[in-house]
Amino acid sequence: MAELFNPSVPIYLQLCERIKNKIIRGEIGMGERLPSVRDLAIDSGVNPNTVQRTYRELEETGIVEKKRGQGTFVTEDPAILHQMREELKASHITLFVSEMREMGYSETEMLDGLKLYLDRGHV
Amino acid sequence: MIQLEGVTKRYLTKKALNGISLQIEPGHIVGLIGSNGSGKSTTLKLISGLLQPTKGTVLIDGEMANRRICRKIAYLSELDAYYSFFTVKQTVDFYEQTFSDFNREKAEEMLDFMKLDRTQNVKHLSKGNRGRLKIVVTLAREVPFILMDEPLSGLDPMVRSSIIKGLISFIDLEKQTVILTTHELQEIEPLLDEVILIKNGEILDQKSVEDIRSNENLSLVDWMVEKYDQ
Repeated sequence: MAELFNPSVPIYLQLCERIKNKIIRGEIGMGERLPSVRDLAIDSGVNPNTVQRTYRELEETGIVEKKRGQGTFVTEDPAILHQMREELKASHITLFVSEMREMGYSETEMLDGLKLYLDRGHV
Repeated sequence: MIQLEGVTKRYLTKKALNGISLQIEPGHIVGLIGSNGSGKSTTLKLISGLLQPTKGTVLIDGEMANRRICRKIAYLSELDAYYSFFTVKQTVDFYEQTFSDFNREKAEEMLDFMKLDRTQNVKHLSKGNRGRLKIVVTLAREVPFILMDEPLSGLDPMVRSSIIKGLISFIDLEKQTVILTTHELQEIEPLLDEVILIKNGEILDQKSVEDIRSNENLSLVDWMVEKYDQ
């Protein structure tokens, strides 16, 4: 069964995130070919038009390149991949900090907590 | 393109559709949703030329929808409509002889995909496998429009999932348009480009599913409930 989607976020954006995560984790390497629109649609149980939109979106950010008649490939430009990695880090940190702040934790508490967790593997 | 213009359909004294107008662009998968008795099936039957409107016009690529429009439209009924004494293979043979646009190769491929036993009698098939067979003979036709009335209703999750995957695998959206009615919104949502919401024989809204998610932050089910309550 395909992974479930968050019901209130557009599916094409969720697919973008999934592909980016796979690239960052190295499951899809630089210059590697992405599955065809139809294959990804079948795999994830979504409309092929949605997959097309996902690929278009990724293409606009430069993460993937479409080669005529051959398919869609992950970029081989390390600068773009580095930037994507940094952006992902920034968004996770922003989310973490804003949620911690909302719950009333101070900066020192956050830093101490993080350090403790990284040292011992638990808080 | 499908165009309905001021369409009213009356069954004796009961009005099933009340002057609806809508347009469906080619290359999309469109869901027709609404409560029971809202007019979904009537709309599909009008588009497929099985019913004639009391008032208004139904145009398929500019052509009036009548019985001859079935050249362009494959219609999957919510009822079981085949000969129960046929085997699976004979049913496919029958459809192949009936429709000149029937693609036998595609049908065979789909029978394998749906894991249907060609030698089995239709009357001995489980409800799920009858549902799968219906999908096979409908999708094997190479027609620009495919209409499906409740393709998922009353089927178990495995069958529903195989039907959804079959749809994605065997429909060519560059040449085909799909319109289906369903109540299984959660499952069908990732498959749809667009939804048309019907209530009491009137169109409440027609929208892109991704727009509902991004502009209103709602899932299809929540959106439908909200619209129905208004």
